Amino acid sequence: MSGEHKVKVENLTKYFDDLHVLDDVSFNIRKGEFLCVVGPTGCGKTTFLNLLTRIYMPTRGQLYIDGEPADPKKHNLSVVFQEPSAMPWLTVDKNLRFGMEIKNLPKEEIERRIENMIGLLGLEQFRERYPHQLSASTAQRIIIGRAFAMQPDLLLMDEPYGQMDIKLRFYLEDEVIRLWKEMGTTVVFITHNIEEAVYLAERILILTNKPARIREEVTVDLPRPRDVSDPEFIKIRNHVTEQIKWW
Amino acid sequence: MDKKKQVILSLRNISHSFIVKNEVKAAVSDVSLDVYDNEFLVVLGPGHSGKTVLMNVIAGIEKLVEGKIYLRGEEIHGSNRSIGMVFQSLNLMPWRTVMQNVEFGLELAGLDKKQRRLIAQKHIDLVRLSGFESAYPHELSGGMKQRVGIARAYANNPEILIMDEPFGALDAQTRYAMEEEVLRIWKEEKRTVIFVTNNIEEAVYLADRIVLLSNCPARVKHIYDLSSLGRPRNMMDPEFLRIRTEISQNTDLAL
Repeated sequence: MSGEHKVKVENLTKYFDDLHVLDDVSFNIRKGEFLCVVGPTGCGKTTFLNLLTRIYMPTRGQLYIDGEPADPKKHNLSVVFQEPSAMPWLTVDKNLRFGMEIKNLPKEEIERRIENMIGLLGLEQFRERYPHQLSASTAQRIIIGRAFAMQPDLLLMDEPYGQMDIKLRFYLEDEVIRLWKEMGTTVVFITHNIEEAVYLAERILILTNKPARIREEVTVDLPRPRDVSDPEFIKIRNHVTEQIKWW
Repeated sequence: MDKKKQVILSLRNISHSFIVKNEVKAAVSDVSLDVYDNEFLVVLGPGHSGKTVLMNVIAGIEKLVEGKIYLRGEEIHGSNRSIGMVFQSLNLMPWRTVMQNVEFGLELAGLDKKQRRLIAQKHIDLVRLSGFESAYPHELSGGMKQRVGIARAYANNPEILIMDEPFGALDAQTRYAMEEEVLRIWKEEKRTVIFVTNNIEEAVYLADRIVLLSNCPARVKHIYDLSSLGRPRNMMDPEFLRIRTEISQNTDLAL
């Protein structure tokens, strides 16, 4: 089975001086899997993400991509943050190109991917706009499109729809599922919102309070598009809520 | 209508617009609305729908241009001590402690130090920040800062409290915690609350009635009476989800 694992995390542990943030976390991610990570507020989700992106190095433990220790110079890791991170001085079109140009992809390949992504997002009319001319949600869609267009080995999203209302969130969640299915990307999606996790994930990793360990892995085997009022959906949402509820 | 439902605030034909780059941009269009005494009214609208402009007009922060506002039947103009506000962004003064922030309105009202302390302490206790009186805003978490904002608004003892998306910047779980807090405080210190949000789940959780606004310019699209839903509410209850879906389907998508 290990052959199909895209990412292997082994005994990941992080201390900041005396502060123990992450404790011996091990799990695998299948190629093309959509994995959601939830946990109580302040449990160390962001540290966890920063370890996966190699922004921080772990105190102990290792992260393997395709069986090799993860290396930002070799592997392609994309991150989408909660705060919109489009380059303000670049148009939508140039923002989408940015990462691919840095990676020196062939010109024709870049064109092909850009056309495909703009089409998938339905953003033709925004191509020549600058980020400040867009709504926050459209700016975020550009960033998500840019991340998928990179065809990364691992795409990490840190609460990208944090402050959006339900209607918008459902729309964007359907869009991210559409992109994921189309592109076959391996995704780790971090969220505080349990309904969102159950709506998106094939598998949910529930973290404990700090120092974060894995409390439980929950497989979500519901057909898509999912119905948030389906009793099965509510059952899973309830179960996950009980595991982390502090409020 | 039962006796308890007395109208405290009436808006009649409120419209508001701005001039943006030599064009007139309407933000609020012909809003008429009655707010009842001691009710928890939620004003729900998509992002940038003109909700904040409407609230600023009610609070007198924005000049009333078109329409009329009545407080207990009396027409009012400009700001009024009976209407308090909790802001979207925190608006705490970073150089003042929690105590001094909560005392601010009382200071402006000319109360002496002893009275100020007494009233401020009561409201710091009310929002459960006892022990943090001498902390500065940067030492507090997002939820705690918002508690200070709520204490400050209550300390001024307004009849009507406007809360303009107070939890917009909080994570989903802290938001749930604060929603429970705001209901607890509302029960302890009965007041008319006008709570503004773009979050349908939050609206259904909190409201006696929901006023649904359209996309910009804000018009009243529909008013939902949720008194049949009972309290405390469960966000995973089928009836709760049904109402949430119904409102969501009636809401404009603001991409």
